[in-house]
Amino acid sequence: MNTPRKGSLLVQDARTKRRNAAEARFKAYGLTAIAVGVLALIVLVTSILGNGLSAFRQTEIMLTVELPESKLDKSGTRDLDVMKKVTTLTYGPILAKGLKDVIAANGIEIEGLTAKDVDAMISKEASAQLRDRVLADPSLVGQTVEITVLASGRIDGYYKGRVSLASAELDSNVTPAQLRLADALKDKGILVTKLNPAFITAPDASDQRPEAAGLGVAILGSAYMMIVVLVLALPIGVAASIYLEEFAPKNRWTDLIEVNISNLAAVPSIVFGILGLAIFINFGGLRASAPIVGGLVLTLMTLPTIIISTRAALKSVPPSIRDAALGVGASKMQAVFHHVLPLAAPGILTGAIIGLAQALGETAPLLLIGMVAFVREYPAAYSAADGLFGEPSTALPVQVFNWTQRADPAFFERASGAIIVLLVFLLIMNAVAIILRRRFERRW
Amino acid sequence: MKTAMLTSAIAIAALSATAAVARDQVQVAGSSTVLPYATIVAEAFGENTDFPTPVVESGGSSAGLKKFCEGVGEGTIDVANASRPMKDSEVEVCKTNGVTDILEVRFGYDGIVFASDIAGNAFAFTPEDWYKAMAAEIVVDGKIVANPYTMWNEVNPALPEQEIMAFVPGTKHGTREVFEEKVVIAGCKTTGAADIVKAERGDEKACSALRTDGRAVDIDGDYTETLARIESNKNGIGVFGLSFFENNTDKLQVATMGGVIPSTETVASGDYPVSRPLYFYVKSQHIGVIPGLKEYAEFFVSDELAGPDGPLAAYGLVSDPALADTQAAVAAAGN
Repeated sequence: MNTPRKGSLLVQDARTKRRNAAEARFKAYGLTAIAVGVLALIVLVTSILGNGLSAFRQTEIMLTVELPESKLDKSGTRDLDVMKKVTTLTYGPILAKGLKDVIAANGIEIEGLTAKDVDAMISKEASAQLRDRVLADPSLVGQTVEITVLASGRIDGYYKGRVSLASAELDSNVTPAQLRLADALKDKGILVTKLNPAFITAPDASDQRPEAAGLGVAILGSAYMMIVVLVLALPIGVAASIYLEEFAPKNRWTDLIEVNISNLAAVPSIVFGILGLAIFINFGGLRASAPIVGGLVLTLMTLPTIIISTRAALKSVPPSIRDAALGVGASKMQAVFHHVLPLAAPGILTGAIIGLAQALGETAPLLLIGMVAFVREYPAAYSAADGLFGEPSTALPVQVFNWTQRADPAFFERASGAIIVLLVFLLIMNAVAIILRRRFERRW
Repeated sequence: MKTAMLTSAIAIAALSATAAVARDQVQVAGSSTVLPYATIVAEAFGENTDFPTPVVESGGSSAGLKKFCEGVGEGTIDVANASRPMKDSEVEVCKTNGVTDILEVRFGYDGIVFASDIAGNAFAFTPEDWYKAMAAEIVVDGKIVANPYTMWNEVNPALPEQEIMAFVPGTKHGTREVFEEKVVIAGCKTTGAADIVKAERGDEKACSALRTDGRAVDIDGDYTETLARIESNKNGIGVFGLSFFENNTDKLQVATMGGVIPSTETVASGDYPVSRPLYFYVKSQHIGVIPGLKEYAEFFVSDELAGPDGPLAAYGLVSDPALADTQAAVAAAGN
């Protein structure tokens, strides 16, 4: 016989105390876990924002430049073919002279400022900008024009805390005299730091001009790849799931397929890159660095995700809906397409968007198919030579990878800025997924 | 089913639409050391000519040359960048794949420097110091022993009292070969250890086996990783390219080698011992097929770009004194 336990409901015995303590401990573990997660997120986001927000602002110098005919068009005929022979290297000194004139006109005198220092204040991108302007309108030659040019990366870094007078003493790429000149120009309102839309629209730039590098090509490339993924992965994935979930007989073969799909979802993404290189580039003859190849590889990678989430969405539609449809005489196909699919649609779309977001941030497979490249030409969506989405481009995540490898510290800021752009895109996509689910999902 | 057919139709259309007309962009791949120079040239080439800007991939000399030798045709790359000359075995592979007409272009030199944190001790090295500090086994009194040194002043009393810790490029880098050959093996020879190592181990290359007790750290990433490692471990000394050092003089101080300060001048004159030539290889069979290929090669080696006052020298390239010969060779190619 067991002796009945003595005690009161009002006074906790030792065992109850232990159980309650265990519960309190578990809650504390949970809270700690969440706190660690949130803290990590805060550290990550603040460090990225701290490093990267400055990429959206850029220092510019306003110049008045004389365009001497003797240098730009010796023939005097304004013949474009002749004027094209004058390279950007000729335009550099013209800009430097323009800046010297501005310095003299404003009565700025800086001790120890050499001609080379003045020359190096202006971004090397500026000479290309001036050349393009002159070639677009040859009548400008011989006149004086106003032009706003980028300041060089180190001068820009001075206003972003990357360069200081102390570090300039040691830095072989910038002198303290240049920084004092920059301050003097800023006082006169000739040099300003302002919003830089070119960071989003401009193409990549070489190591010598980090101030001009932008994300234009990478964003286009990512967009093209997302279109390919959406157009291929969504229909194929949904069709496969509907067949497997609603029509396929349950036997060993479908089990095998199911296991393989779940397995594929867990395969490291770099494997899809190796596959893409072997099939689409080496065997299929598609061009390396092309968004179509990236899109196809990412499609393969995203398909399992979409199939699994679509099947889950189809499964969550209660069987009574199917039974009711079949009961009033609908065919199996009518029951699926008229009743089950519309009810599962929000879940399918959510899965597709999350799959797309995953594909957007994927880097590893793109390394293997040559998308980590220096590309300055905007890729066209279609060209006769390269087909649909066949022109070389980069993508947002590989642009981040690419910039972190460059020698100039200014590219670190650019890379963080690119991460911010990528995060904003991911945030939008996930927000859309949540909104869709909230508004249209039905629960039973 | 309709959707599935439609998508497969789109996929087929996309696949078949390619490879119809010749590609109009020069495609370049190869050494990450040459990459910054190649991008500077590609950018200027796109700006100053009517040709589109070439696409430049990195990935290392070996990977680039492998791609280069895959065959002839617009599906293959036109130019391979390399921080070392092409090996005979690579030329063989090229030949079997039909790449028979290769133009080697040497466009300049790159110095390899040893740099440490700017706030730390200054160093004046000789190759012997590096051999003694880095080799897995050294020779003491005619016998081969495991490397016993832990401090630089044990290696050479003239060096500061600082723990030995070096970040050297990993074996996949072209820089590693130069480091082993021009520093470690050279030091091995001058100390006289090479003969003993050769007698005992069969090959003096055994000198270049680096110690594995954590004092010689292989960096498989790029120079930015080496810099980050030095920032977190102030005792570390890193191996860098001269141009990378010149872009980061506010964080690093450079050590002399054999009493010579590395600079573009001392590398060009040959006084600074650790340097290597930089190359790019042009598939001559593509000249005339891929528009702009020859123009790109000519533009690369022109005085305006690769000359001593050009933008490449400003970035840290040591201009080749024999550039005129190179220009003539490029101009004659493909005719």
